[in-house]
Amino acid sequence: MSDKSAFSAALVPYRPISAGLSVTLGVLVWALVLGGWMYLANGNHVPAMFLPDPGKVLATAGKLAMDGSLWSNTIASAQVVLIGFVVSSVVAVPLGLYMGTYRAVQAALDPLVNFIRYLPVTSFVPLFILWIGIGLEERVAVIVFGTFFQQLVMIADAARSVPRDLVNAAYTLGTKRSTTVRHIVFPSTLPAVLDVLRVTVGWAWTYLVVAELVAAKSGLGYMSLKAMRGFQVDIIFLAIAMIGILGLITDQGFRLLRRVIAPWAI
Amino acid sequence: MTSSADITISDVSLRYGKGAKTVLALDGISLDVKPNEFAVIVGPSGCGKSSLLYLIAGLEDLTGGRITVGGQGIEGPGPDRGMVFQSYTLFPWLTVAQNVEYGPRRRGLGEAERKALVDHYLEEVGLASFRNHYPAQLSGGMKQRVAIARALANDPAVLLMDEPFGALDSQTRHTMQRLLLRVWDHSHKTVLFVTHDIEEAILLADRVFVMSGRPGQIRKVLTVDFPRPRVGDIVLDPAFIAMKREIMGLLRSEDDDH
Ligand SMILES: Nc1ncnc2c1ncn2[C@@H]1O[C@H](COP(=O)(O)OP(=O)(O)OP(=O)(O)O)[C@@H](O)[C@H]1O
Ligand SMILES: [Mg+2]
Repeated sequence: MSDKSAFSAALVPYRPISAGLSVTLGVLVWALVLGGWMYLANGNHVPAMFLPDPGKVLATAGKLAMDGSLWSNTIASAQVVLIGFVVSSVVAVPLGLYMGTYRAVQAALDPLVNFIRYLPVTSFVPLFILWIGIGLEERVAVIVFGTFFQQLVMIADAARSVPRDLVNAAYTLGTKRSTTVRHIVFPSTLPAVLDVLRVTVGWAWTYLVVAELVAAKSGLGYMSLKAMRGFQVDIIFLAIAMIGILGLITDQGFRLLRRVIAPWAI
Repeated sequence: MTSSADITISDVSLRYGKGAKTVLALDGISLDVKPNEFAVIVGPSGCGKSSLLYLIAGLEDLTGGRITVGGQGIEGPGPDRGMVFQSYTLFPWLTVAQNVEYGPRRRGLGEAERKALVDHYLEEVGLASFRNHYPAQLSGGMKQRVAIARALANDPAVLLMDEPFGALDSQTRHTMQRLLLRVWDHSHKTVLFVTHDIEEAILLADRVFVMSGRPGQIRKVLTVDFPRPRVGDIVLDPAFIAMKREIMGLLRSEDDDH
């Protein structure tokens, strides 16, 4: 009977489902994907040159973990993402909050930001290489350029949608106009800001790989590019899987952070 | 112990917007509220009741006329004029106790003083056991009770209330009215209260100001002298019903004019 009700709950829009069912469904989809992969790779449906067997990828992971190159490349990439993302966020969060709160800041920045925002980051990679060379700074610049303007616009939107009467109530309780961003806009938008960070850190990874494919001497993107030249498709798969795993960890990290520092928001 | 001031509104008008889209919300409205008085405004939707409260709170700038609270002109919003809004405006990131503490904290009161205020006003509105809850965990009526406690904890000279119970069911609304009267009896703040509900107006008010349709002006002022405390079945009193009928008539003839 409880099985039946668990099943029927899953058919109701927005109705929460049990933790057990939730885990089962997630595992099931993973199993399907991995199963499909094994089927394609083992049954000679796709040549091994293009699609390695999952076991082969695991074995390669073990080998590269032993010789340390997997870790050094992963750390190299993660480091660039972290620096680029932090530099971008530290400026974008406060500036975005002021942009969404003060019409003058918005009027000043909107035209420029919306122009730059639609330029593909990739088109700036040659320029950055010319200006800053192919060191760490260049890859950091690509990430900052790729994430900053998106963060700015999304955080400004969050600040703009703070209910006007919430701010009015704060005024009638003695909040000064000059401290409205600190006392009201910032705490009120905190859950939304954390969501913006969670989404944009994923984009930071995308831009990183782009930057590493073009110019780098270490990192997961560089590892993939080198593997492509040597037809080592298992290493390419490994690099992709590492990025995915790091993405999953970051995502869960941000979700946890949100629950810890913004427990009021559901 | 608590402060309380008069409100004078003389020949006040308010125009929203510019050019073709301009709306004249208030047109030369005048009224006075005495210190410690419970004044209620009723009027048709869109006649400018909220606008008037926003002007007194300093949240809008008036187009013409003059408003004073305790003899002082209005220069922007300030903690001397507390306000309870029709929409829920508790700070979602603060607990019930922290919401009530917000104003005293902005005024720089010490921790012990703040705690005493929080304890007192949460007790007043019967929510002492919910002090560590977040607003999202409260019902609508509880949220408005916290909003009242939050406004009073600042010891404002006047309390402005814009249809604070408008979104509540009638049972909760009655509970809230009794609670508000009890709290007011303890603090004796000057209250200016806006409502759509005529029964609520008579039950609460020392005087009822009936407004005309937009642009808003005062159509009639009725003195309500039923003895307090006003208990439940007062609404069946013939004098009460007569007054209710009179106000309904005033508002209905308003509809006919449009
Ligand atoms: N910010 C604004 N900009 C332009 N017009 C406005 C604004 N606020 C209110 N108005 C207009 O001013 C008039 C009075 O509005 P107000 O909200 O004061 O009415 P109200 O009496 O409180 O109505 P209700 O009983 O429906 O709450 C309305 O016609 C409304 O459309
Ligand atoms: Mg209104």
